[in-house]
Order: sequence, then C-alpha cells, then structure tokens
Amino acid sequence: MDTDDDFMSNLSSEDDMLPDDSDNDVSGDEDFGFDDEPDVYIDSQKDIGQRKKTPFDVSYKVFQPQDVQKQQDELIDEVNMILTIAKEEAAILLRYFRWNKERLIEQYMDRPSQVLEAAGLAQTTAGPPKLRTIPGFTCDICCEDEPGLQSFALKCGHRYCVDCYHQYLSQKIKGEGEAARIQCPAEGCTLIIDARSLDLLVTSELTERYHELLHRTYVEDKETLKWCPAPDCQNAVECRVKKKDLDQVVPTVACLCGYRFCFGCILNDHQPAPCQLVKKWLKKCADDSETANWISANTKECPKCNSTIEKNGGCNHMTCRKCKHEFCWMCMGLWSEHGTSWYNCNRFEEKSGTDARDAQAKSRVSLERYLHYYNRYANHEQSARLDKDIYHKTEKKMVLLQKESGMSWIEVQYLNSASQALQMCRQTLMWTYAFAFYLKRNNLTEIFEDNQKDLEMAVEALSEMFEKPIAELADPKLKVEIMDKTSYCNKRRVILLDDTAQNLADGAWSFNIEFMNSTSNSGPST
Amino acid sequence: MASQNKRIAKELAECTTSPPAGITITLPNDSDLHRWHVTLAGPDNTVYAGGQFGLIVTLPVDYPFRAPVVTFATRIYHPNVTNDSLGNVCLGPLKAENWKPSTRLAGVLEAVRALLVEPQPDDPLEARIADEFRQDRAEFEKNARAYVVRYAKGPVKFDAAVGAAAAGAEAAGGAATGAAVVRP
Ligand SMILES: [Zn+2]
Ligand SMILES: [Zn+2]
Ligand SMILES: [Zn+2]
Ligand SMILES: [Zn+2]
Ligand SMILES: [Zn+2]
Ligand SMILES: [Zn+2]
Repeated sequence: MDTDDDFMSNLSSEDDMLPDDSDNDVSGDEDFGFDDEPDVYIDSQKDIGQRKKTPFDVSYKVFQPQDVQKQQDELIDEVNMILTIAKEEAAILLRYFRWNKERLIEQYMDRPSQVLEAAGLAQTTAGPPKLRTIPGFTCDICCEDEPGLQSFALKCGHRYCVDCYHQYLSQKIKGEGEAARIQCPAEGCTLIIDARSLDLLVTSELTERYHELLHRTYVEDKETLKWCPAPDCQNAVECRVKKKDLDQVVPTVACLCGYRFCFGCILNDHQPAPCQLVKKWLKKCADDSETANWISANTKECPKCNSTIEKNGGCNHMTCRKCKHEFCWMCMGLWSEHGTSWYNCNRFEEKSGTDARDAQAKSRVSLERYLHYYNRYANHEQSARLDKDIYHKTEKKMVLLQKESGMSWIEVQYLNSASQALQMCRQTLMWTYAFAFYLKRNNLTEIFEDNQKDLEMAVEALSEMFEKPIAELADPKLKVEIMDKTSYCNKRRVILLDDTAQNLADGAWSFNIEFMNSTSNSGPST
Repeated sequence: MASQNKRIAKELAECTTSPPAGITITLPNDSDLHRWHVTLAGPDNTVYAGGQFGLIVTLPVDYPFRAPVVTFATRIYHPNVTNDSLGNVCLGPLKAENWKPSTRLAGVLEAVRALLVEPQPDDPLEARIADEFRQDRAEFEKNARAYVVRYAKGPVKFDAAVGAAAAGAEAAGGAATGAAVVRP
C-alpha cells in the first residue's frame, strides 16, 4: 500500500510539472478519472441492467483469469498501435497511468518525452537488451572486478554485474512482491525495468512470479476491480461503487465460485450494515471479547431447573430435557411469548437509561445494551454454523432415505434450499444486530425492528422444521411446509434489506456515532 | 557471501579513512562486519551541538540488497526519532521501496546528520514533538538541549546488550582493535 501511495504522489507531482494539464484532481481523488473512461465492457452493461432489481443490489460483473489477461492485452495492443511504441513500453506506460488509456494517450500526445521520463522510460536509442563483458569493469554494488564479469545496463547506462542484478530482482519480486515499478538499481535513477530486460536477467521461476505479479497489479491498480477473496479463487469482480459511496450503499457481490462478499471492504457479506459500522463493530467485539465470551458458549442453564443445556442445532427454541421448560436461547425468556404480540426478543428496552443517574449505573446500562445486541449477533453466527452442520448430517441421511422412500436426488433438494436460506438469513440477521446497536431511535427504527422480528421468527420456525428427525422429513406435508417457509424467509430477507438499503441511500437513518468514511470526499456523491 | 563482505569492507575502509563530517565509526566486534557503532557529533549551530550521539547500524545478511537498520543508542529529543530506549529513526532512503543497492552507508549517515540539522516535522515518529517543533520552537529547543545535557555528554554508551557482547568478544579474542577500527 505504501508503494501505491508513493506512486500516487509521484503522479501528482508530475501533474504539477505539467502545468496546462486540465484536470489536476488525480492524486487523492478516489474516482481517478474512471468516470470519463468509455465503457470497455459493453456487454456487461446488459447484464447489469438485468441484474439490478432492488435497492440493495449493486451491479457488478465477474471476470475469470483469462478475461483479465485479455483486457490487459487489448489495452496494450491499442496503445502500441496508437502511439507506435513497443509493447513493453506500452505496458509500462499503462501501469504508470493505472490503466487509464485515455489519460495516457492525451498526455503522451502533448509531451511524449516528459511522460516517458516520468514513467521511467527515458528515451535513448537502444536495441534489444543484452548482456555484455566490458574490460576493466568493476561492479559498483558487489565491488567485484574479475575479468570476464558479465554485466547489464538499462538505457540509462548504469551498469551492474549479472549476479547483483539477479539478487536485486529476486529481492524485489520474491521479497517485496514488486513487479510493475522495479527501478534501475542506481541511487536516484527512476528508470523502470521492462519485462524483456527482466526475462534476460532472471531464472524462469522468477519470471513466472514476475508475470503473475504484473497480472495482479492490473486488478489492484483499478479501483473498479477486486480479487475474489475466497481461497484458491482466481476470479476478479468489477463493481463501480466508489469508496466515497460506502456510507450510502453496501455493495455485496457474489463470485462465480459462490463466495459472497462486500466489494467495499472484502469482508464476508455484511448487509445491511455499512462497511464503517462493521469495522467499528468488529473492533468493539475484539476489544470486549472477555466480557462477551460467556455468551457464545455452547451451554447454558435452564432458567427454571438450572440443569445444563447444550445447544446442538441452529434453532433457538429450547426445551429442557429434564423439566420440559420451553425457553428462548437468546433472551432466556418464555418461548410461548415469542411469536405473539408480546414478542420483543430483538428489541432492547432503553427504559432503564433514564433512571441511571450516576456514572456507574450508566455504564452498566450501556454494557447491558451492548450485550443485548452482541448476544443476538453472536447467536446467529453460531446458529448459522450449527444449521450447516445439521444440513451436512441430513444430507448423508437423505441419501439413505432416497433408497427407502423412493425420493429422487432432485426431490430432496428442497433441504439444500432450506439450508442455504438459513445461512443467508442468519448472516443478515447477525448484521442487523450490529446495525441496530449503532442506530438512533426514530420513526424508522420501529419498522426496522418489525422487519427484523418477522425475519427472525420465520428463520426460527424454518430452523425448527429443519431439525426434525429424518423419518418426519420424508412426510410430503412437512416437505411442502419447509418449501413454503424457505421462500417466505427469503422474501422477508429481501424486504428487510430493501428497506434498510433504501433508507441508507436516502440518508434517512440516524446513528449514535460518527461513521462517515474518513477517506471520503465531503462533497455530495454522485 | 564473500562478495558481500568485499563491498562492506570497502565501505568500511572508505568511511574510516575519509569519514563524513562529524562521524566516527568503530566495530564492536572485529569479526562481525554487519554491526557498526557510529558516533555522531551534534552539528554546530543546532540544538544538538556539543552532544555525542551513538548510532547502531545493522547490516542485514543480504546487504546491500536490503536496507541497513539505523537506531539511536543515545536518547535524543527529535520529531523523527522515537523518544524511547529503542531510538528508531524514520529515514526515507531506508524504506524498502526506496532503498537502492548502490546507496552507500556514508550517504545514509550523512542523511541522519542532515536530519539533526533540519528535522522533518511533516513525517514524524513523535507527533507531539513535531507539533512542538512547529508551534513552540523555544520550548522545543529548551527540551532538546536538556536532553543533550542529560544523555549526550561524555563517552557514548551503546546499548547494554551490545556492550556485553562486545566485552565478551574482547575477553575471548583479546583486544578488539583492528586496522579498520578507529577509536574516537
Ligand atoms: Zn555485482
Ligand atoms: Zn539507471
Ligand atoms: Zn470467487
Ligand atoms: Zn463492507
Ligand atoms: Zn429445566
Ligand atoms: Zn427470545
């Protein structure tokens, strides 16, 4: 990241050097001119038009490795044709201009020599790169001067022995992961080593890594592209939501590999909470982990008979094996009250706040408030995991069941859909509690809490059906119920996300903390 | 390895025969070319004048392909040096992305000396001292001079661990004075 920042400041000082450059807003500007870039991916616009349905959906496109390579090659070819410069140089220039082709061409047309020098391509005549043996040569890095020492110099003429070059490049490529902006080893020389010179100087193993790094910089240089963070996934996702918009939208994308993540912060899907709130919440949870540890424990005591109860499924409707008391795992209250108009398991009653006069009482109330939300947040996280376990166990049993009941693999897929709905809804519910923790009460919070309650009740009901023994699952009536509940859960999730996303976009929420993007521009976002 | 020592030996010879202004270099352990003890005289006409500052220069095994590490062994009141026993110093050319293998240690030491002549409050390691330097120069100068009196007078002490190691080496290998070692 440091190198990136330095790069940006290099570029901006370069801009100062070129006074009649019309747009001086390059450095620090998050847009970095992507707005005026004509759309290269015309067909993606079609996809986007079809995909965008709801306020919480953002448009995006997934690229596979070969697409990413092709995009780079096409840009390099274009610049190579238009400016009639070598492909290696076109590639270096494009990287210097962060793949903003229009800007590169415009500036190069105006003042080619300054652009070449700024990008580390000082212009002198030279043929293809080659190693040379020069009598009387002493390498200034290792101080070797033995006769027959092979050496190399870039166009700048700073000559070093092949061994030193090799070590230098290996340190940069392997040690620092640098590729696109490796300079000549001479102090103060900014000339950049091109791919052809590099191929001459290093082993094939390093060359491979070098080209891999170059390939990565294309995605890393573009604000609109990010790598899918799933392990072993090589896809990149394109999304045009900008950093400064992150207080108004939660840009959630799904890679072709199935991984859902936030384009803004690369964390797992955290709708409906905006990135900055998520960051604050995770930090708070990490800081308070001691206090909160007991909550996420897998065992609790029955509120009636105190016998130990272990949670081994996602469902929060608990029945004590000993005394048959039915209670809610989250609030430890009577289950019979849940699902009626009395239900307020998700809502924190702020009443005690007004009674608290001294600081100690106030801090207790604020801790209670935090624990209320943390408890539910952690609980849904844990339940999502347990639901998944149940599904894996069930999946195995279903194979057996198929044989007995005569149901086909297709016919048991409703369990897979139910499992996926549970994961997704729990993930959303979990973040609604972090979101609610930072929410200031106004007329909108009531609707939000009602939506949260409806989704939560539907999820708990589905979770309960899902945990039924295999024999009962084979009952066609239960199958229909599960399918209905699954689609109901998905619907409730969409309703909740729609509502929160719309209010976020409208700036209608009020929060009890400042969470505006520190990096954002203060002006209105477009 | 041998060729790296050739480079280091050459630099050491250069630095000891014609040292940069106000700088003396010793090796705490003759057999270890990768650890240098540097004594830097506080430059004239600065708040540091009259002080003797110890610097420890550590060369990584893959020097000069990786940058040396420079720390202050003597406490110093300065916006770009940590105000603790570590004495870390922030120096542009030593950052991985800026370091070039052709950069010489003499140049690095000159850059440290230049930092005493002209602190860089916009790139501070001690934000409070940097603020003071900008906003209340008199107070800054008073504090910096007080540090010089307190820590930088008399013979330089390099840190205890290094001193012990050097003493051990001396005990084992006899007097640690070699051709390349210059006593201040
Ligand atoms: Zn060499
Ligand atoms: Zn050069
Ligand atoms: Zn993926
Ligand atoms: Zn995010
Ligand atoms: Zn009980
Ligand atoms: Zn409850």
